[in-house]
Amino acid sequence: MPRDNLLRPIGLAVLAIILVALPFPLKEYYVDVLTVLLINVILVVSFRLITTTGGWSLAHIPLMGAGAYATALMTRTFGWPFWLTLPLAGLAAALIGLIMSYPLVRTKGFAFFIASFAAGEAMRLCWTRFRVPFGGVSGLTNIPPPEAIPLPGLQAIDFSGAIPYYFLALVVTVLCLLIMYRLDKSRIGDTLKAIHSEESLAKSIGINIIKYKILAFVVASFFAGIAGVLLAHRLWAITPQQFGFANTLYLLVWVILGGYHTFVGPIIGVCVLTGLSQLLIPLAEWVPMVYGVILILTLLFLPEGLEGLSRRMSPLVEKMQMMGRGIMRYATRK
Amino acid sequence: MNILELVGLRKQFGELVAVDDIDLTIEEGEIRGLIGPNGSGKTTLFNLITGFIRPTRGRVIWHGHDITGQSPHAIAKKGIARTFQLTTLFKDMTALQNVVIACHLHTKIGLFQQFLRAVGTRKKERAIEEKAVGLLESVGIADVKDEIAGELPHGHQRALEIAIALATESKLLLLDEPVTGMNPIETRDMMDKIKMLRERGITILLVEHDMRAVMSTCGKITVMNFGKKIAEGTPEEVSKHEEVIEAYLGRG
Repeated sequence: MPRDNLLRPIGLAVLAIILVALPFPLKEYYVDVLTVLLINVILVVSFRLITTTGGWSLAHIPLMGAGAYATALMTRTFGWPFWLTLPLAGLAAALIGLIMSYPLVRTKGFAFFIASFAAGEAMRLCWTRFRVPFGGVSGLTNIPPPEAIPLPGLQAIDFSGAIPYYFLALVVTVLCLLIMYRLDKSRIGDTLKAIHSEESLAKSIGINIIKYKILAFVVASFFAGIAGVLLAHRLWAITPQQFGFANTLYLLVWVILGGYHTFVGPIIGVCVLTGLSQLLIPLAEWVPMVYGVILILTLLFLPEGLEGLSRRMSPLVEKMQMMGRGIMRYATRK
Repeated sequence: MNILELVGLRKQFGELVAVDDIDLTIEEGEIRGLIGPNGSGKTTLFNLITGFIRPTRGRVIWHGHDITGQSPHAIAKKGIARTFQLTTLFKDMTALQNVVIACHLHTKIGLFQQFLRAVGTRKKERAIEEKAVGLLESVGIADVKDEIAGELPHGHQRALEIAIALATESKLLLLDEPVTGMNPIETRDMMDKIKMLRERGITILLVEHDMRAVMSTCGKITVMNFGKKIAEGTPEEVSKHEEVIEAYLGRG
């Protein structure tokens, strides 16, 4: 439809303007909230990559932690620049994801759930248990901000401030989303969906489902690692606690509320719930309960998540458009 | 020439012997019928040949090479395709997408190329799409190529399954009850399509309950009961075989 062809670039342009202008009128605290939101967007979209093969991994937050620990160790111990450790820590998380995926992709359903949980917790236990090099329970501190980029003739961009860091996170997030979007729409994405849809048929037409499941898990781990890097260099300190089960639950609620059948579903989920969490700050201790209620209500009434809501609403919207057109015709009749 | 040979193939689930030392030889270019009462081990035999389950003992020999215990995708690559007893499709995809995915085996496009979608890749993708449309045409459902597979009528879905199997460019096609739930006209259509497949050089092993369909299509029929092969021969020979009449035909 030509109307859609026009709407899409306009929508994206408006979104881009909003994303660029947004941090300037905000207090530093809210800019950081937005930065964390961007990081979580990378997290949920990469998580969806695993769900498209049919598995719900509970190791995704710990793998994010793997990226965070990797960059902390590399920048602190070896003094490597952030710009190098960003991809390297992503690769480190991907490597750990690769090792984990070997046994994990051979399990299914509930077994995958529990095995991935165990694998993630085992890694977290290592961080808690070994004070060298992981710093034990208190974690690692003094993670440096990214090195400033000198601009000829202008002031260098210093990433220790909230707004520059927001833009750094924005650029990285957009790049990550572009890559994952491309992957989702490619033959690889179709194959992953085919595996999810009918595993035995996929096997019978010669698809090596183990290979593809490993691929999805490793790529998802890479992007979780990138998210971890962005988080570590903004917080300047990380602990094993941050990558614990509570955050895994939040991740699951984001994805379930948003819906995981489309690319944008999980993004909608994380945006809505981040907004809600900010509103609920005065009631902080009630947040887990609110999340729980949302989870139950979603599963009961919106099994396809918020993205499914728009699909369900579309006949209604069409009817309203028709009514509107009728009224217009009536009004312009004379 | 023998395309497939089963030697003493056996599958035991605990105490139950689902397939009991089956010997079977299929020649290139034949349409072989495999019949037997429910639970006689036909589908288990299919699963053993295609690698979905491993045999307890015995061998599967493909063109003279032992392929016993290989994984399903590896066996598919060798040239054995199958359909399933219950309609099995990628239900959320269009008919065309179903077949395109199945062309996967013979698309020489690497993972990175798929991702980057270079110019040459697009040309290849278009060629695959044309091939897929051709396959849909050959089973007579090209007109519904853009419809969602899960929403097609039953007969179309069965035909689509065969198009998917053909997309793998297999030499041997195992069909598990392709005309179940079809009316006599649809059944005759389907049997004509199966005969047409043989003309394309595809060997067929057909499990079917519809006796008339099997008798009129297959050159040779193998009969199983309680996991054992009890008879083998032309439709006439088999229908006169005493044990067969007792086990199967006599009941109807």
